[in-house]
Amino acid sequence: MNKALKNNKFLILRRIIQISILLLFVGGNYWGWNILRGDLSTAKVLDTFYLSDPYFVIQTFASGFVVAADVLVGALIILLFYALIGGRAFCSWVCPMNIITDSANRLRKILKMYREDVKVPINRNLRYWILGLSIVLSALFGVAAFEAVSPISMLHRGIIFGMGFGWAAILLVFFFDLFVLQNGWCGYVCPLGAFYSLTNKISIFKIKHTVENCTECNKCLIVCPEKPVLAIIGKKSGQITKGECTNCGRCIDVCEDHALKFSFNKYNK
Amino acid sequence: MPSRRETIRKLLQGAGFLGLGGLTWGAYVDEAKSAELILRPPGAISEEDFVKACVKCGECVIACPYDTLKLAEPGDRKPVGTPFFEPRKIACEMCPDIPCVPVCPSGALDVNLVSSVKEKNKETMLDINTAKMGIAVIDTSTCIAYWGIQCDICYRACPLMDEAIELKYERNERTGKHAFLKPVVNNEVCTGCGLCEHACVTEKSAIKVLPLSIILGKVGSHYIKGWDEDDEKRMEENDVEEDENMDKALDYLNSDWKDIVDE
Repeated sequence: MNKALKNNKFLILRRIIQISILLLFVGGNYWGWNILRGDLSTAKVLDTFYLSDPYFVIQTFASGFVVAADVLVGALIILLFYALIGGRAFCSWVCPMNIITDSANRLRKILKMYREDVKVPINRNLRYWILGLSIVLSALFGVAAFEAVSPISMLHRGIIFGMGFGWAAILLVFFFDLFVLQNGWCGYVCPLGAFYSLTNKISIFKIKHTVENCTECNKCLIVCPEKPVLAIIGKKSGQITKGECTNCGRCIDVCEDHALKFSFNKYNK
Repeated sequence: MPSRRETIRKLLQGAGFLGLGGLTWGAYVDEAKSAELILRPPGAISEEDFVKACVKCGECVIACPYDTLKLAEPGDRKPVGTPFFEPRKIACEMCPDIPCVPVCPSGALDVNLVSSVKEKNKETMLDINTAKMGIAVIDTSTCIAYWGIQCDICYRACPLMDEAIELKYERNERTGKHAFLKPVVNNEVCTGCGLCEHACVTEKSAIKVLPLSIILGKVGSHYIKGWDEDDEKRMEENDVEEDENMDKALDYLNSDWKDIVDE
């Protein structure tokens, strides 16, 4: 039991944080709590200031509307937080879709479909094209284009305000990840993840590899949802610097050789 | 190193996929954002700008004490995540302090659109009566008051009784001894709160609130209220170009009738 807990430390921590955030939002809508009110698009914190999704605000800007200062500042805070500190941590520590896609991945493992992909002729750069396209379409059609179709928003807004037929979009993502492409949504398609990958250049919260301890068991590569970021494993010590790393910590959880850990500073040895 | 032919083929293929995806996505988005019959919270800016401006945070929905406002869910066939209300279910109760508007962080709901200047001290105050969420229209064929049955529920449900809805008295020729009390909506006063639609006793409401963009016509610059100074200003905005047939018409009027006959 203790070992299971230790081997899933970050997974459990992430789930607690993801679910707590959702719970605070639900309380904000139904029970009058004011720690977090609104949803992941724009939230009012402690009834005093706002936090906003910078990708949403950029789409709004492209559509031809400059949102009021409250939301602009909120988006800037979030952008700076992830760019300077968290990296792409939104995807694995906050985004509720992560729970859905991780479940699909889990089921893949149980059904022993873990590494058997249907050959899908798309690569991991697709998301950047979708990101670009969303900005162009926002400008052309005068409305935030990804927000009109985003299954992520349908999920968190669905939980907080009411789901409607949103479950269909969520099921679509689940089936895509389960039957079509492993980590398909988060690793190939999602433009929000692509956005945070692009802004993740100088963040200080990163995973650090110590090659001397590595036994090249490859467990980290099996669990990693963004495998290309682990290119340095077994080759050299250093930080995982690729923007696509979501700091989910699964690799640290499964590593039994103390070869991986979180580091908060580039210069800490 | 791939051959030039191969590179060009890949480039074209990529562009093709991007175009295909963009067209499909764009077509969906364009369709999904246009909900002409949607009723927005008070103080909403024009629908075209509203769908751009709304950040879908739900602050207005949470602030609404009557659960009137809802965020559109997938399946509502409205721009997903944006606030709206359906008066037949829950109408806008016209709170004097309008809690839903000042909480909007993005500018989609504008306090200035639901404010008026007080005559006493020239102070700008929130005034829900200036809201323009929609306009009520009556189907006179199913309104029982128009049949001659006594019903004035919409008139009495209206928060601006005798202003937004008036009762027009008419003699009932069929019986010869009764009166019609016909409700008539005053488009310039109606706020579109929908309390009338909510209250209507017929199975499907005979009075309904529709968005301004549907109900209001547009006069254009050809007709001006000559007796109204403000309306006369519209003449300056006249964008009709000099009519090229004007000379011809003047010649016609000035010409001798014989010339016309010769022609």
